[in-house]
Amino acid sequence: MDDLYRENLMDHYQHPRHHGPMAECDAEAEGQNPLCGDQVVVQVKLTDGTIEEMRFTGHGCAISQAATSMLTELVQGLTIEAAAALPSQAILDELAIPLSAMRVKCAVLGLGTLKLALHRAAGTPLPAEWGDTDEMVWS
Amino acid sequence: MTVSPLTPTDLARIRADFPILARKLHGQPLAYLDSASTSQKPQQMLDAMTSFYSTSNANVHRGVYTLGVESTDAFEAARDAVAALLNAPSRREVIFTRNTTEALNLVAKTYGVQNCGPGDVIVSTVLEHHANLVPWQVLAEQTGATLRFLDIDDEGNLQLDALDAIAREGNVKLVAVTHQSNTLGVRPPVAELVAWAHALGAVVVLDAAQTVPNRPVDVQALDVDFLAFSGHKTLGPTGIGALWGRESLLADLQPFLTGGEMIRSVKLERTSWNSLPWKFEAGTPAFAEAVGLHAAIDYLHAVGLEAIDAHEHAITDYALGRLTEVPGLRIIGPQTAAARGGVVSFVLDDVHPHDVAEILDRHAVCVRAGHHCTQPLIERLGLAATVRASFYLTTTEAEIDRLVDGLLDVRRVMGV
Repeated sequence: MDDLYRENLMDHYQHPRHHGPMAECDAEAEGQNPLCGDQVVVQVKLTDGTIEEMRFTGHGCAISQAATSMLTELVQGLTIEAAAALPSQAILDELAIPLSAMRVKCAVLGLGTLKLALHRAAGTPLPAEWGDTDEMVWS
Repeated sequence: MTVSPLTPTDLARIRADFPILARKLHGQPLAYLDSASTSQKPQQMLDAMTSFYSTSNANVHRGVYTLGVESTDAFEAARDAVAALLNAPSRREVIFTRNTTEALNLVAKTYGVQNCGPGDVIVSTVLEHHANLVPWQVLAEQTGATLRFLDIDDEGNLQLDALDAIAREGNVKLVAVTHQSNTLGVRPPVAELVAWAHALGAVVVLDAAQTVPNRPVDVQALDVDFLAFSGHKTLGPTGIGALWGRESLLADLQPFLTGGEMIRSVKLERTSWNSLPWKFEAGTPAFAEAVGLHAAIDYLHAVGLEAIDAHEHAITDYALGRLTEVPGLRIIGPQTAAARGGVVSFVLDDVHPHDVAEILDRHAVCVRAGHHCTQPLIERLGLAATVRASFYLTTTEAEIDRLVDGLLDVRRVMGV
């Protein structure tokens, strides 16, 4: 198997976890990377200040979709604060493959969208390092 | 006149002139299929620049000493080479710019601003590279002119049926069109557009970035009014391109950028402009790059632009045939080589083009993936991105075969 497209990543791409819309959610946001056409919609169910479930829908390259799938598993049971503070490196560690700068943007699309959903639900602003990027479109 | 394509012996000799083709990636020789983005460089061009910097470097149009004279002569000889390449009636019509984008902006911000206003119409097409689209959007906003875009059919062929309606909307002042789409390879009917525009008293701006590198381009035969191209796609260095414009139009225009070089005399109250072409070349020009471009043009002439055109046609025909063997592959744009240049866009099932390009890179096959600076075109085609392979005088059938093998591996890796 090719280094970049190793089994775990392809498994998440072909069989995304927690994929599909949620009937009712407590937090929601959409993120797009217009340069690639990657898009994800993230929905979150919260219970007692923790993430009960994160689900997503979207389309795009294998990196963006697999990383968001991995993220749904990574944040399950995390407190909102812990999830909102999750660094980019957490998802890059999860992917565990070398990525060019251009593909890092694909990898962190889901995480940025999750952060926006959580901050929006809490009424707090998206931190500057996420809000400043002009390559991503958050809505 | 029919010109034979390059023979295998020609190709081997040409390829030996391009040092980068000796490079290996992941243990495999480079298959560079992204010439529509930028061309690779022959040793002759690299040597010309090194030799210039090593022997004659001095600023142009200033020094009275020997080096300055040599440098100025070399720079102006490059202008003559560009004028001859384009069959320009006069060397005064050749303005050096940084690239095609700057050349097109020069037209928009001089001719456009000085001639367009409310009630006027600017016409472009959905095929255009952003370089031949955004300057006209800005021009329309600045001047109050109306901007209209000609549509295409689903294969990318430009549709001219809207011309009559557009002509009724106001005074058509400027038509900006590509000589060949950098994304689809399709060639719009420039002659018909020129006839239509000139009948209305409008000028035609031709983006020839994709054609000057690979076939004879004759501004007099085309009968356009402005033409832009880039050196770096033409075997030359980055940082140099050219605008050709009719002298009768350029002569009346106010300058683009102002400063040194473009002046005749400067007083604190008032400045008078230099004559053509220097009126449009403010500041120290890219003279070493012009020397490189001159060497690149010499190289193209030595191979023969007709032969390069014939080779691109043959290799595109071969590529279209081989690509249709890949299951799930859909060619975007004209399906035959007859109607297009050496650029082929495609999608592979629902595999994202970035994944395709990244896996092909593991096979040392370099292709571009994305919107190719033509977002409105990609959207018009109902796509998010394409994979694009583009060919040039070094492209071999063996490289196309490796592209096809790589695409079969993409299918395997991505499980489609």
